Amino acid sequence: MLQNLFPNADWAEIWKAIIDTLYMTAISVVATFILGIILGLLLFVTAKGNMFENVVIYKCVSAIVNIFRSIPFIILIILLIPFTMIIVGTMLGSTAALPALIIGSAPFYARLVEIALREIDKGVIEAAQAMGANKWQIIWKVLLPESMPALVSGITVTSIALVGFTAMAGAIGAGGLGTLAYMDGYQRGNRDVTLLSTIFILIIVFILQIIGDYMTKRLDKR
Amino acid sequence: MIKLKGIKKFYKTKTGLVNALNGIDLEVNKGDIFGVIGYSGAGKSTLIRLINMLEKPSEGRINVDGSEMSTLSKKALRDARKQIGMIFQHFNLLWSRNVKDNIAFPLEIAGVPKRERERKVKELIHLVGLEGRESAYPSQLSGGQKQRVGIARALANDPKVLLCDEATSALDPKTTEAILDLLVDINQKLGLTIILITHEMHVIKKICHQVAVIDNGIIVEEGEVLDVFRSPQMAITKDFVKQVTSDSESEEAVKLIKQTYPSATIARLTFAGEAANRPVISELLKQEAIDVNLLEGNLSQTQRGALGTLTLLLDGEAPKVKDAITFVENQGVVVEVIQHASEPVS
Ligand SMILES: Nc1ncnc2c1ncn2[C@@H]1O[C@H](COP(=O)(O)OP(=O)(O)OP(=O)(O)O)[C@@H](O)[C@H]1O
Ligand SMILES: [Mg+2]
Repeated sequence: MLQNLFPNADWAEIWKAIIDTLYMTAISVVATFILGIILGLLLFVTAKGNMFENVVIYKCVSAIVNIFRSIPFIILIILLIPFTMIIVGTMLGSTAALPALIIGSAPFYARLVEIALREIDKGVIEAAQAMGANKWQIIWKVLLPESMPALVSGITVTSIALVGFTAMAGAIGAGGLGTLAYMDGYQRGNRDVTLLSTIFILIIVFILQIIGDYMTKRLDKR
Repeated sequence: MIKLKGIKKFYKTKTGLVNALNGIDLEVNKGDIFGVIGYSGAGKSTLIRLINMLEKPSEGRINVDGSEMSTLSKKALRDARKQIGMIFQHFNLLWSRNVKDNIAFPLEIAGVPKRERERKVKELIHLVGLEGRESAYPSQLSGGQKQRVGIARALANDPKVLLCDEATSALDPKTTEAILDLLVDINQKLGLTIILITHEMHVIKKICHQVAVIDNGIIVEEGEVLDVFRSPQMAITKDFVKQVTSDSESEEAVKLIKQTYPSATIARLTFAGEAANRPVISELLKQEAIDVNLLEGNLSQTQRGALGTLTLLLDGEAPKVKDAITFVENQGVVVEVIQHASEPVS
């Protein structure tokens, strides 16, 4: 039956493409989560009136975040080619797409983190200070746990955007469902392959959304 | 225990300097419950937040249990803060932690080992009466229960001082009473010094030993709660005292009586401590040949004895009425004549 519906599908190829897409998404989501939280925390704590108030650092980080957030992803990949060559050694394959994926999405996520942290009740931070908490304790025991549901729902949104980015990276040879849709589907005129790639991308997105919503709900005790 | 000397606090704002505190001198003795009362914007929160240096004074010195707070290093200040518990109007609990873990939070911060933490949390849950709710999250608790968690948390590191910033202002009257009872209980059991700020005089009346009235960043009146209630000096203090000694309904009633009996004398008697327990009125009736009509009365307990007010209508010959007032005053009762007997027009 499947053979009739998708006559040109090479299932081994498709399976490999799914794995590649999942690989790129997983690694870049984890890296974005960590890098984004670091940048977001940096933005939050150096902002006016906060623990490590520092206008210079705030402005610098903020500018960098805004610049990278504004560059269209497809252009960012090209701009980062020299950088990728240095750290990965090649421009082809899934691993080569990772630097661009991470640098493209971490600034976006950093802003979401900053917003999530700003939502925390100032009174709770103050209560921790009144108990004699130091700054690291405030970060680890107050800021991150109290904003965790928002951090998780933020990374859900970001990871869905990242699936889209992997497809774009696929068009220039990163592998995965994007490459499959473009090379095998579009360029060889196999519409069924393009359709199949789309279906699998949608399935991945739905699963990510479901997992994200479930975790957010579990974590949110408000 | 706590000494504030020459405290001033300015805030720089876009529109200029705000003088939140204009020279505060204050001394709180060990084991006392010290109340600070004032209207909104008087500087109460600023004052209490200075004590644990959540706010730095612009001028002046703060000494808590022998340490000069503003000279402490950051590390020493953090250690000093572990000796000062604080509870808040809006509780400020971590919603991501359940009751147990909220109470354990300050213990974690102080680096107390897990087993010891668990023992202490159990003890505190018992102290504040939250058995059975250990695993509830703040969002599942009522306001009063949240404040109990706040109190348990504030007591976790066995502080010597407890700061209460409008601790009952977000609670209904019944819950307020329960929380105030708990504070008195803690004060007596643990010998804790408590400073609380409020804008409700009945909180002061119910649990404080000492009171300071703050207005526009200065303390305008200060003393033993009973003394302040017996004879408030400043207009603002009188207003606050009225909050608890008379309600608007009886004020209305007295006004009406004044119109009905324009020639009688109306006096408000304030009994405090000793005097409240003596049968002053029956002795008055035995001694003086006048008619006494009771218009309004009110009796309540403070931490240092009973406090009562009586509004009386005195009718009789002018000199006898005068004698009666002198007699009552000699019994240690404060008398305020609201209306003097007017000479009958002939
Ligand atoms: N961070 C701040 N920046 C500027 N002005 C401030 C700041 N905090 C307080 N003030 C000002 O200081 C004065 C005293 O404020 P404070 O909060 O101590 O009053 P309060 O007596 O606690 O009032 P309330 O009963 O409303 O809580 C007010 O005029 C307030 O506007
Ligand atoms: Mg206040």
